[in-house]
Amino acid sequence: MADGTAALVQAAPLIAARGLNKIYPTQSGAPVVALQDVSFTLRQGEFVTVVGPSGCGKSTLLKILAGILRRSSGQVTLAGREIDGPSRDVGVVFQAPVLLPWRNVLQNVLLPIDIQRLDRKAHTPRARALLEMVGLAGFADKYPNELSGGMQQRVGITRALVHDPALLLMDEPFGALDAMTREAMNLELLRIWGEARKTVMLVTHSIPEAVFLADRVIVMSPRPGRITEVIEVDLPRPRDLSMINSAGFGAYVAAIRAHFQSLGALDA
Amino acid sequence: MTIPRGRLELLLSILLFVVFVLGWEAACVLLEVPAIVVPAPSAVAVAMYAGLASGELVTHFWVTFAEVLLGFVFGAGAGFVLGVLVGLFPLMERTVYPYIVAFQTLPKVAIAPIIVIWFGYGMESKVVITATIAFFPVLANTIVGLRAIPREQVELMVAFTASRWQVFRMARLPQALPYVFVGLDVAIVLSVIGAIVGEFVGSQAGLGYLILQRNFNLDMAGVFAILIILSLMGIGLHLAVNAVQRRVVFWMASSTDRVMGA
Repeated sequence: MADGTAALVQAAPLIAARGLNKIYPTQSGAPVVALQDVSFTLRQGEFVTVVGPSGCGKSTLLKILAGILRRSSGQVTLAGREIDGPSRDVGVVFQAPVLLPWRNVLQNVLLPIDIQRLDRKAHTPRARALLEMVGLAGFADKYPNELSGGMQQRVGITRALVHDPALLLMDEPFGALDAMTREAMNLELLRIWGEARKTVMLVTHSIPEAVFLADRVIVMSPRPGRITEVIEVDLPRPRDLSMINSAGFGAYVAAIRAHFQSLGALDA
Repeated sequence: MTIPRGRLELLLSILLFVVFVLGWEAACVLLEVPAIVVPAPSAVAVAMYAGLASGELVTHFWVTFAEVLLGFVFGAGAGFVLGVLVGLFPLMERTVYPYIVAFQTLPKVAIAPIIVIWFGYGMESKVVITATIAFFPVLANTIVGLRAIPREQVELMVAFTASRWQVFRMARLPQALPYVFVGLDVAIVLSVIGAIVGEFVGSQAGLGYLILQRNFNLDMAGVFAILIILSLMGIGLHLAVNAVQRRVVFWMASSTDRVMGA
């Protein structure tokens, strides 16, 4: 990955945002500035995490990129095209797996295929292969209520990949999982990312998780939500859990934490 | 000691029934209660047998049963369709729904005589009365059910480029089904009441008609026999709705099992 990155920098960015603002009007006068002057780019194949305390607008940012929330002003492009609605080239994963309980695992994974009116039969082998990749090969015919929380979220990730999107947007995908499952899922996500070669943007409020996963960490602060720092994470890949104990990893985490502390926003 | 809990509870429940019936019989005999006030269970059983053997109860049963089913189908069907329309078009909720609620506040017993005048003494008026009663619970529950979808679910589907109609068809409608069945269950039991009320107001056949006739003749045991049949009809219809529900909303049943077992 490390030597491939240099070549990709020259390529056109997959996402380019310039001067993004999002202002929510409120009933009681003063509008809330959820995002203020947010500018960044996402390179092809890059894994970027966005970290910040609650209320910093990171979920708002992700929803604008997903095309399900309108920005108030500013510019944002996906593969050179202005984002003015949801795109077929995007896969999303939210904190809750939100699987449809009347569809079995395979049918849930095929949901984007059904929505986009693509051929179910033609995409079933890919869906099965993805399920195998996330370790759910034997669960295609199970229903969501027969799965654990971690398994449900893996189905959610598979669903986000099934239509082969260029960009994967994840909003605290492991926030509802216990710490051990969460670590396992982080490793799994890196493995999937390595195999599927997607561009990933993942929002989290966990600083270690942000550092562990990312090529770059976008640090945001609240009220108004804005990017205060972008940190290149120069740690070797592939990464495993032992890296968490390394001095380099600790330094990144400490730097980001100190940054929040200086802002007086350490509820992260 | 090794009797399973469920079996034990069933036994107890049957035992309770037997004790109750025996006590009732004994009270009637010992206290010399007149048969025109409270009939003894044995007299009810005799009346039941006579009614079934002569075919009188059977004939009237089918009339009432058909009224209940037809009224339920029309009323519940209209309630579901209108509920879906209100769910699809929020404008309908603000414009049409207040009038529906106003109609619902009318006691159906009060408008039953008008309906009999409009639709006659035959089955039609009973079907209409039953339908007006079965309508509202299905409508209200359909509307609530269509709103029950989590916001994240909608956002996710929209992010996957789903249209409004696709979100409705693939997520909101199936999500509403458990609620719709709650409405159907209420509606089917109310439908029995609707048909009987209609028959009381004016009819030429049906179990309600037969109750009035027997009441007039002070045939209490005969009335009690009809009550038992009506009760069995209600229970049977309720169980039928539940059976359909378990098939259609199959994912709900197994999920409650898991919560109980956890």
